[in-house]
Amino acid sequence: MAMHRMSRRRLLGAATAAAAGAAVGPWVRKAQAQSGPIKIGLVLPYTGVYAVLGESITQAMELVFARENWTVAGRKIEMVKEDDEMKPPVGVRKTEKLIDSDKVDILTGPVHSGILMGMRDKVHDSKTILIVSNAGADAISRERCSKWIFRTSFSNWQPCQPMGGWVAKNVAKDVFQIAPNYQAGKDMMAAFRETFLPAGGKVVAEDYPKLGETDYAPYLTKIRQSGAKAVFAFFSGSDAVNFVKQYDQFGLKQSTRLTGAGFLVEPDVLPAQGASALGVLSGHFYTPLLDNTVNQRFVKDFREKFGGKMPDGFACQGYDTAEVIVRALKAVNGNTRDKAKLVEVIEKLEFDSPRGRFRFDGKTHNVIQPYIYVREVKEVPGGLNNVVIDRVANVTDPGTGCTLPA
Amino acid sequence: MAFAPDFFAQALNGLAYGVLLFLLSVGLTLIFGMLDVVNLAHGSFYMLGAYAGLTLIGATGSFWIALLLAPLLVGGIGALLERVCLRPLYGRPPLDQVLLTFGFIYLFEDLVKWIWGGRIRSIPPPDLFKGSVTLFGATIPSYRLFVIAFGLAVAVLLWLLIERTRLGAIIRAGVFDAEMTAGLGINIHRVFTAVFAFGAALGGLSGVIAGPIQSAYPAMGAGILIPALIVVVVGGLGSLKGSLAGSLIIGQAETFGKAWLPDSAMLIIYVVMALVVLLRPQGLFGRPLK
Repeated sequence: MAMHRMSRRRLLGAATAAAAGAAVGPWVRKAQAQSGPIKIGLVLPYTGVYAVLGESITQAMELVFARENWTVAGRKIEMVKEDDEMKPPVGVRKTEKLIDSDKVDILTGPVHSGILMGMRDKVHDSKTILIVSNAGADAISRERCSKWIFRTSFSNWQPCQPMGGWVAKNVAKDVFQIAPNYQAGKDMMAAFRETFLPAGGKVVAEDYPKLGETDYAPYLTKIRQSGAKAVFAFFSGSDAVNFVKQYDQFGLKQSTRLTGAGFLVEPDVLPAQGASALGVLSGHFYTPLLDNTVNQRFVKDFREKFGGKMPDGFACQGYDTAEVIVRALKAVNGNTRDKAKLVEVIEKLEFDSPRGRFRFDGKTHNVIQPYIYVREVKEVPGGLNNVVIDRVANVTDPGTGCTLPA
Repeated sequence: MAFAPDFFAQALNGLAYGVLLFLLSVGLTLIFGMLDVVNLAHGSFYMLGAYAGLTLIGATGSFWIALLLAPLLVGGIGALLERVCLRPLYGRPPLDQVLLTFGFIYLFEDLVKWIWGGRIRSIPPPDLFKGSVTLFGATIPSYRLFVIAFGLAVAVLLWLLIERTRLGAIIRAGVFDAEMTAGLGINIHRVFTAVFAFGAALGGLSGVIAGPIQSAYPAMGAGILIPALIVVVVGGLGSLKGSLAGSLIIGQAETFGKAWLPDSAMLIIYVVMALVVLLRPQGLFGRPLK
């Protein structure tokens, strides 16, 4: 009998403790989480042709976090890096891992527009804050925009739309368009035409070689035969090196001016292109030669930390992504639980970035480019670089079809 | 009449591209013919050739010295790979060799990143061939004309080597029946190592030659594997003549595809491959399948 009573009391006690634990448990866990590290997820390419882009973005983020001693509002900052291999299925899987099992507080990346489009619904439905640090798919600022998604880099439209009118006015009216055969390439060529055609320009012909093409000879022969006075091109990574070098080898530089989206001649490809890139005109929101003080310090610190490497536009994007994160977390005092509050804070952020005054467009959550610079590749002290020859202010994506909060 | 010079210009482009494909694939087909090994790491030899060329040009200032030495270096790596890693697998199912060479793609890619870094690099063309020339209304970089001449010369030398020398006779015998050749008192293992090293050296040679046209980056080897395999399948596994014919056909098909049917350029080379496989499963110059 005594035995029985004992065990019943024990049982009751255990049950009470368990119930209390169940009630208190989640709260305790959450409180612990808030004092634990803030996890920042990165979905970027760390292998393959675009590994250098992922590297630049990551390095610049590390530079900013290191400046803050990897701590914000008393909480440690922890980066969780995942290699998306530039493959949409891999990128989506890594996104799910970061959200579901790592439970990151803020997600950043990717480079590939296809991966961005693939991860969009997962991010939106799980109410995860995503700060896009490269992928330019126009749709993410338009019909596929989301309250939870911000973009510090660019929409594909932004560096190209101002170039159309500029090329028609200052370079030539007969233009051949060429870009890799995927969404970003098509987006950029269309954006260029928006201002090029009304300014009296004529697209003589257009071509879309496959991504990762190594031999552009057939296209270069077509450009020569087309009688175009200028070319507007978008290529990136090894494609940009091969295209610009072969363009020069075919002797086209003398007859046909090469212009394009800035990625064509970024510091990640310029050393390999060498003298072949001289004189190329391109539109971009950044060049390491900008003379504002934030940029000068950024270039100096970046080169010191990473063995003399010149920061490129990708590094500027990484810098701004980390800067947004640090400033937003400070504003909410490290509280990452209230996501809606965090979104409100990010929307209103404004600061001096290496590219100029940084702010988001409240309508689309896409960055308003303080300037799109028209740059020319020239020999300057320290090697080849993009020298600003003209600029267009406050370039804002039209955001057609986006209604926030969505 | 813009059509005629246009046609001629594209045919020259196709020829230059085809010859490059030949240099790329001939080592692969030679190794397969002799050793029955589909060496998926052949693209790595191409990459190692390009990077070795880069360093040698930096050290010596001469493209020609690099063109001579880089293949020797890559050939040495090939010999080591065959002797140490591949030889123990000869008795085993072919899948083991495929997995091994597949693994080496990643190993060499990381090795290159470790030594040279991940940045894109490029090899400048030799000073002699820096500009472009116009032939009958077609403008082409003079370096590509050099590539055409060089590649065809390599093809002739290889043909002489295989058809007209004692070593060539041993190789031909080995391709036909390795066991029987060994039975005739020839050290077939040494021949295997030599052929593998030679194939690797040819891969390295193509890397240096391609350098001034294309750029060097760690993923470059994986990218050329598919076109090289297509050439080998079209030409016939293990056949020198087939490798040349396959390269020239694919070179022209891809170039004219890009020029005239840009939306289906890639489709065209697969259609060519499918047709050849349907009509002649052994490839244009391959041995009939048993």
